[in-house]
Amino acid sequence: MKVSITVNGSPVAAEVPDRTLLVHFLREQAGQTAANVGCDTSSCGACTVLLDGRSVKACTLLAAQADGREVVTLEGLAPPGNGAMHPVQAAFQAEHGLQCGFCTPGMVLAAVSLLAENPAPTEAEVRTALEGNICRCTGYHNIVRAILTAAGEGRSA
Amino acid sequence: MIPASFTYQRALSVDEALDLAAKAGEDAKFLAGGHSLLPLMKLRLAVPETLVDIGRLRELSYIRDEGDDIAVGALTTHDELSRAEMLTRELPLLAFAAGQIGDPQVRHCGTIGGSLSHGDPAADLPAVALALAARLVVRGPAGTRQIAAADFFSGLFETALEPGELVTEIRFAKPGRPAWAFQKFTKRAIDWAIVGVAVQGGRVALVNMGSAPLRAAAVEAALASGATPAEAASHAAEGTSAPADLNASRAYREHLARVLVGRALSDAASRP
Repeated sequence: MKVSITVNGSPVAAEVPDRTLLVHFLREQAGQTAANVGCDTSSCGACTVLLDGRSVKACTLLAAQADGREVVTLEGLAPPGNGAMHPVQAAFQAEHGLQCGFCTPGMVLAAVSLLAENPAPTEAEVRTALEGNICRCTGYHNIVRAILTAAGEGRSA
Repeated sequence: MIPASFTYQRALSVDEALDLAAKAGEDAKFLAGGHSLLPLMKLRLAVPETLVDIGRLRELSYIRDEGDDIAVGALTTHDELSRAEMLTRELPLLAFAAGQIGDPQVRHCGTIGGSLSHGDPAADLPAVALALAARLVVRGPAGTRQIAAADFFSGLFETALEPGELVTEIRFAKPGRPAWAFQKFTKRAIDWAIVGVAVQGGRVALVNMGSAPLRAAAVEAALASGATPAEAASHAAEGTSAPADLNASRAYREHLARVLVGRALSDAASRP
């Protein structure tokens, strides 16, 4: 079927098999490869993207389900062009919220979705909100610290 | 992993969804959030020939106070259930349990109607529907009917739905007794419950203690005859047929059921 999705602000349309998963559409048709296929069973969260602003696991959605809707991957978070980072990305860098980096795109987008719903989370709320994202380097402390930093900067901004 | 090939069709109204499903026949499945169905399709445990996507039917996404009843549209997501102030006030068991399902990403997609229709005994909401004595409003080729939750779950992934029938609404009588509790035990936060318990008043329902979600009849009988929560909880495994799998033996599940029912009844007693 023909699927048209606004990916990081740009329309992407492609004829794909009905069974195409969103994460494959993003990686192969839209060329946005930040969303990783990790467990492929909706457990690990490495494929997390924003669908109409809310975090979802792109390995467990059909591209057809996102037809006509807006998807943001990590590539689309920062304003284009000038090298600036989104505040959550900047906080991950400042707090060293990554080790190997494989889970990072999903972690960042899960954090962006959390902060949209709850701009001032407690540490416990951050940890609960990350229950669908697994870091196999087990670098959770700095990830949580980064999200709390981003939230704090959001409040003071 | 990708699912086996199927034909995708999108419905823009309930009537169209029923029509598409009727034309596609017995190998059609409705797709709502997809978070129960798509994982099974990726494992090729489900191989429908046609998917009728009902995910755009906003007409089925609502929570309404209708006097003695709360009516919940079948496409209301777990996230919406968990955040709805009316539910927190009137049906706290449903709001709380919905907020414990999976993880935020799953709750943004999964729907109450999808979870109930899937009929997975390891899912949380079927037990909640039993504890709340919910009624499911179902539309199909033969018209509209209501099915009590107690009559809905018939076996492993089996329900009373006939081919082509769609759950459109779930109705809950406002509980006369506020006492409620929900407990589940998982290895990781996002996992299906190894065992779970939903309590509302004198009704106690179990997650993953049989091939279908079930009421803990022996516990309910003990409570009705004046047993303490601890005494009643000792009956939690009676009448169950818990599965044994990689996560737990049957004996361990029976142990968990007694412990969790005890905790749940104690929680419920603290919310008289």
